[in-house]
Amino acid sequence: MSEAVAHHGEPGVRHRALAHHFEGLPEQKEAAGLGMWLFLAQEVMFFGGLFTVYTIYRNLYPGAFAVGSAHLDWKLGAFNTAVLIGSSLTMAMAVHAAAVGRRRQIVAYLLLTVALGSTFLGVKVVEYAEKFRHHLVPGAHFRFEGPLARPVEIYYSLYFAMTGLHALHMVIGIPILLTLAVLAHRGRYGPDYHAPVEMTGLYWHFVDIVWIFLFPLLYLIPAHAPH
Amino acid sequence: MSENHVVSPRLYLLVFASLMVLTVVTVAASRYDFGAGNTVVALAIAVLKASLVVLFFMHVKYSGRLVQLMVAAAFLWLALLISGSLSDYVTRGRVNHGSATRSPTGAALEDR
Repeated sequence: MSEAVAHHGEPGVRHRALAHHFEGLPEQKEAAGLGMWLFLAQEVMFFGGLFTVYTIYRNLYPGAFAVGSAHLDWKLGAFNTAVLIGSSLTMAMAVHAAAVGRRRQIVAYLLLTVALGSTFLGVKVVEYAEKFRHHLVPGAHFRFEGPLARPVEIYYSLYFAMTGLHALHMVIGIPILLTLAVLAHRGRYGPDYHAPVEMTGLYWHFVDIVWIFLFPLLYLIPAHAPH
Repeated sequence: MSENHVVSPRLYLLVFASLMVLTVVTVAASRYDFGAGNTVVALAIAVLKASLVVLFFMHVKYSGRLVQLMVAAAFLWLALLISGSLSDYVTRGRVNHGSATRSPTGAALEDR
């Protein structure tokens, strides 16, 4: 693996993106990175609460969770996993393009990331619509035959809460990516300064990580799970 | 400075390929009956995939010590919160079994 060290700005010349309270861009970038990771640590706690609820209820009703999971299409889940991992690659490539100063590549990779993110959300819409049609959305219209109806409703409550909040993060991320693409097109980012692209990248990769856990936990509960 | 490392696209492609292979592995593993081991295998693969994303896509491998400490602290704190909550839930039935103070979730919905 070859690794180059990106060059710094001219000494003595203040970059226009440099805030007055920082010594230089590297220091500013380190502060931005630390702030972003603090935000992501909070996000870990935020999703962590839902994962804890999931763990408790899955241990209480393993049979119902397996039945609920069997009603999801694992192929769509796997397809979306591949799409999201692909979008993480294009996002990483956008940051790389900024670090080496290839302006058109930054824009192209950001737009590719938006396209893949939109594909993921499109598949999610198809999946949600199917659940509405089959009355598997928790609430007044939920219908499920048999003694497992109530705990299956709990499974679907968690399914919609977790995938819904995950999708919301992507809905927030896409306009940010589009804004970055416009700014990159105007030549705002280069080897010296591309912290916004990098910080958005951290956010996007975090969303990918959440899905990496959601996919097996929601779609792949084996039917032979202990009852 | 470590903050300014540029990771090569070849490494990104390698990480991407590994993540795709691990996705196939996690789907395949769910077809076999390991009993309670299925969940362990699924989570182990997910943790491995997440680590690849954190270390390479999110550059934590090349970040400063402060960022690395922050990432480790976040996941350690999560582990503390989850294990703290679970130590309550998994022991409730044993302590209160049959008594009037039975936990709300201890009363199985499946029995109703």
